[in-house]
Amino acid sequence: MTSTLFFVQVLNGLQLGVLLFLIAAGLTLVFGVMDFINLAHGVQYMLGAYLAVAFYGLVGNFLLALILALLASLAFGLLLEFLVLRHLYERDHLDQVIATFGIILFLNHAVRVVWGAAPLTLPVPDAFTGSVLLAPGQLYPVWRLVIIASGIGVAVLLYLLVTHTRTGMLIRAGATNAHMVSALGVNIRRLFMIVFGFGTMLAGFAGVMIAPIISVEPGMGTNILILALVVIVIGGIGSIRGAFAAALLIGLVDTLGRSFSIDVLRLVMAPSPARMAGPAIASMLIYVLMAVVLYLRPAGLFPARGR
Amino acid sequence: MAGAAAATAGEAGLLRARRDIVLPAVVFLVFALLPAFAMLTARHYLVDTGTRIMVFAVSAVALDLLVGYAGLISFGQAAFIGLGAYTVGILSAEGIGDALVSLPVAIAISMLFAFVTGVVCVRTKGVYFIMITLAFGQMVYFIATSLAPYGGDNGLTVGARSTIAGWQVLKNDTAFYYFTLLCMLATYLLCRVLIVSRFGRVLRGASENPTRMATIGFTVRRFQLVAYVIAGGIGGLSGFLLANSAEFVAPAYMAWQQSGELIVMVILGGVGTLDGAIIGSAVYLLAEEWLSGMTENWQVIFGPLLVLVVLFARGGLIGLCAWAWRRFGHA
Amino acid sequence: MIKYTPMLAVAAACGLLTSVANAEDLKVGIIATLSGPPAVLGTQLRNGFQLAVKDLGGKLGGLNAEIVVADDELKPDVAVTKVKALIDRDKVDFVVGPIFSNILGAIEKPVTDANVILISPNAGTSTFAGKECNPNFFVTSYQNDQVHEVLGQYAQESSVKKVIIIVPNYQAGKDAAAGFKHKFTGEILDEIYVPLGQLDYSAELSRISAANPDAIFAFIPGGMGVNFVKQFRQAGLADKIAFLSAFTVDESTLPAQQDAALGMLAGSNWAANLDTPQNKAFVDEYLKEYNAVPATYAFQSYDAALLIDSAVKAVKGNLADKDALRAALKKADFKSLRGAFKFNNNHYPIQNFYLTKVAKRADGKFETEIVKTVFTNYGDSYAKDCPMK
Repeated sequence: MTSTLFFVQVLNGLQLGVLLFLIAAGLTLVFGVMDFINLAHGVQYMLGAYLAVAFYGLVGNFLLALILALLASLAFGLLLEFLVLRHLYERDHLDQVIATFGIILFLNHAVRVVWGAAPLTLPVPDAFTGSVLLAPGQLYPVWRLVIIASGIGVAVLLYLLVTHTRTGMLIRAGATNAHMVSALGVNIRRLFMIVFGFGTMLAGFAGVMIAPIISVEPGMGTNILILALVVIVIGGIGSIRGAFAAALLIGLVDTLGRSFSIDVLRLVMAPSPARMAGPAIASMLIYVLMAVVLYLRPAGLFPARGR
Repeated sequence: MAGAAAATAGEAGLLRARRDIVLPAVVFLVFALLPAFAMLTARHYLVDTGTRIMVFAVSAVALDLLVGYAGLISFGQAAFIGLGAYTVGILSAEGIGDALVSLPVAIAISMLFAFVTGVVCVRTKGVYFIMITLAFGQMVYFIATSLAPYGGDNGLTVGARSTIAGWQVLKNDTAFYYFTLLCMLATYLLCRVLIVSRFGRVLRGASENPTRMATIGFTVRRFQLVAYVIAGGIGGLSGFLLANSAEFVAPAYMAWQQSGELIVMVILGGVGTLDGAIIGSAVYLLAEEWLSGMTENWQVIFGPLLVLVVLFARGGLIGLCAWAWRRFGHA
Repeated sequence: MIKYTPMLAVAAACGLLTSVANAEDLKVGIIATLSGPPAVLGTQLRNGFQLAVKDLGGKLGGLNAEIVVADDELKPDVAVTKVKALIDRDKVDFVVGPIFSNILGAIEKPVTDANVILISPNAGTSTFAGKECNPNFFVTSYQNDQVHEVLGQYAQESSVKKVIIIVPNYQAGKDAAAGFKHKFTGEILDEIYVPLGQLDYSAELSRISAANPDAIFAFIPGGMGVNFVKQFRQAGLADKIAFLSAFTVDESTLPAQQDAALGMLAGSNWAANLDTPQNKAFVDEYLKEYNAVPATYAFQSYDAALLIDSAVKAVKGNLADKDALRAALKKADFKSLRGAFKFNNNHYPIQNFYLTKVAKRADGKFETEIVKTVFTNYGDSYAKDCPMK
């Protein structure tokens, strides 16, 4: 285990972390402000990727495809909100879980009907293909660096929006106590729509950015959704700061765990069982982490709720 | 939840009493007569389908106890099914195939796991509870996939159905069917008794207003933990039955998707009614089989169906029937 | 189950005119994964079989063939239920499938115990090749280890000295690593087991890059393989490290991998450009019918249909005589798409194995092409443990 390898794995962990943040940010906002568990958030991510592939096929330019995909994601998200989700705001969490679960089932299969079951691919934009030499013999794909940069960029943007604009202030207030905000005369419906639309675009953006690296296939949103839920639970519902911290934490723990679990285990057991047990333990690590955090802080690290 | 609320809201008392007795009686009667029907129409596979429905219904009833009455939305019920199933599988692989050993061990292991994890889980509430139960379920799943000597991800074939005191009675599909029916009946009665007992009332009170219950002097967490452990034990029973029914155990039994399906079964039937759990399991599994026979893309139909049920059929199928009865039957 | 009754309808119409002719039908139940991302493979399996029956005029061995399709959803317990329904409700004479080894593990017992013939056109676990071989179980694909041994053998014979193995952490993955190591005695720098379903290989690729082997041996099927190949190329490793693989770059994943997979090596018992007239006809027809290049899943199930056809013909349609049927199946008296085909005593095939390479076709699609033959008439190593003769 050299320091270069460690550094590269940290970068990989950061890349996974910012991706998780992009998805978790929307999820935690919607949950925090609107008290709405939106499991369909994962399919927004998947849809972003599929739309990017579709538009790329039409226009041949990555940036244009990205913009079109974001707009289409937003449109679709708002349509979903209008048709189904807004009827669920007043219902209890269980109903929301089941309804959004039904939406997941439907959309996972709908994309299969439209685009087929085979994995699809999106090429990396020409300007960013290739790798940089981080250290002798250690190449790192440029596109992953772009993902890290864009993720941090979005985080900064969100921070500015939330702390320096009026809408952001309303969002923070809404996350703490939505009913009070409404009682104070703010159009809470419009605020919900803004929050929801923004969250949708973030998830779609994450989908587009990851598409050149990961195959686009039906159901790709489900696994990342579970991770995102772990992130917002650890970070604290409704807190963007919490989502950022937790996302980076999970990204690093998961990546470093996967890379070095076997090496660590080899210190205490023979290579062969270490090789088998390593990945299993690595997969469990984030759940163990979540259990520990929830045991110590049952409402997450940075809970936003006032009560 | 919706179903329980409707039941206690004082809608025609006669209706409620009738439903409380007639409905489960009808349900169990249908199940009891199914093998005869299968024999008459020469459709032996119905017995197998019926067994499978009952196996999941057992777990669904326990889950309804947690979700519908205690207000604890557990996404980890599948873990208990898996633990029970793997107990049977592993014991069988080691040469121990008698139910008198594997059944108590299966239930004991599930209850132990429920206790250890439950201590952490009941400290949380709401979506945190959902996530932590899901997390523990996943942990068990990953452990099962790494059990190389017991098949790992491939799963493990169970040599033969469990014997009872050496007697190979469960080998016959119909005999096993009735054994499962007995288990389902026992589970149902146990949960019914629990609900009307003091224990059940504390649980229901805690689900509606935990602060009030705490003020009265109940340690809410303790009651919730007991409920969680009971549900875990029943899950273990369900796992024992599943392992025997399929004669195969696989890590897939413990995945969070399986937990999700159980919750759907409970909601579909009508949360907080216990009968709903049985009906929901039947409807879900039959719909899955029927729809997947019609088209490969059956989930395109099933997904929106779920959404519609949530939006318009509060109280699930039982609620729907009660509404229809009120609307179209005599007043 | 999706019933395929058009052939039956035509046959029934004819039957009204010639009442005596088709007294009996033959029913085949297909069990494959038709939902989720692995559906690509199950669809190929189904397509291949249906194409064969179509080519044979809707009949197998002279009997009208009815195909019932069941989706195992990659869930073993669902597979068991569906297979039992195929046997009890639909009364199929043959069960063809599955794709995945864990499903095979679940359904082998229920099917063979019911004395129904099970033909696997893909999964070929070692369990049923050795001590647990079964007279009712036949395989038209291969024993899983053999494909991996192809690459082990190739690596051993070439200038490759240091290898890193990367496989998913499940039984088939472990079998793959074992199969490779049977034949390769050079230095294994590392064995990397990735969690099933993992899509981002940044961590693993960094390790590989740091260790700098001569070659990697990868068994990363399906969507996982699509990602791995793309990321491998993106990390700049494809030019430095030889890519030896099994089931990672095949016609089911190539449409997504495209140029990223060009030149990568794989082991197989077949390639799209295999030079037999029946194979050329098959590939052309599959392309025309399904607008995709067939992979091993399709060709092996096509062969399964030909196998059934030959056996039923041999027993003159008398499906009740199971012993004769089994003997006829074992004889395998048909012209396989791959050329030479024979069953070993454990009902697994004895066949040639090739080293293949990914190439771009004239029509822009991608396929695997044969580089050289690595094993000729190769049987698996578990046959000796099988008590069947």
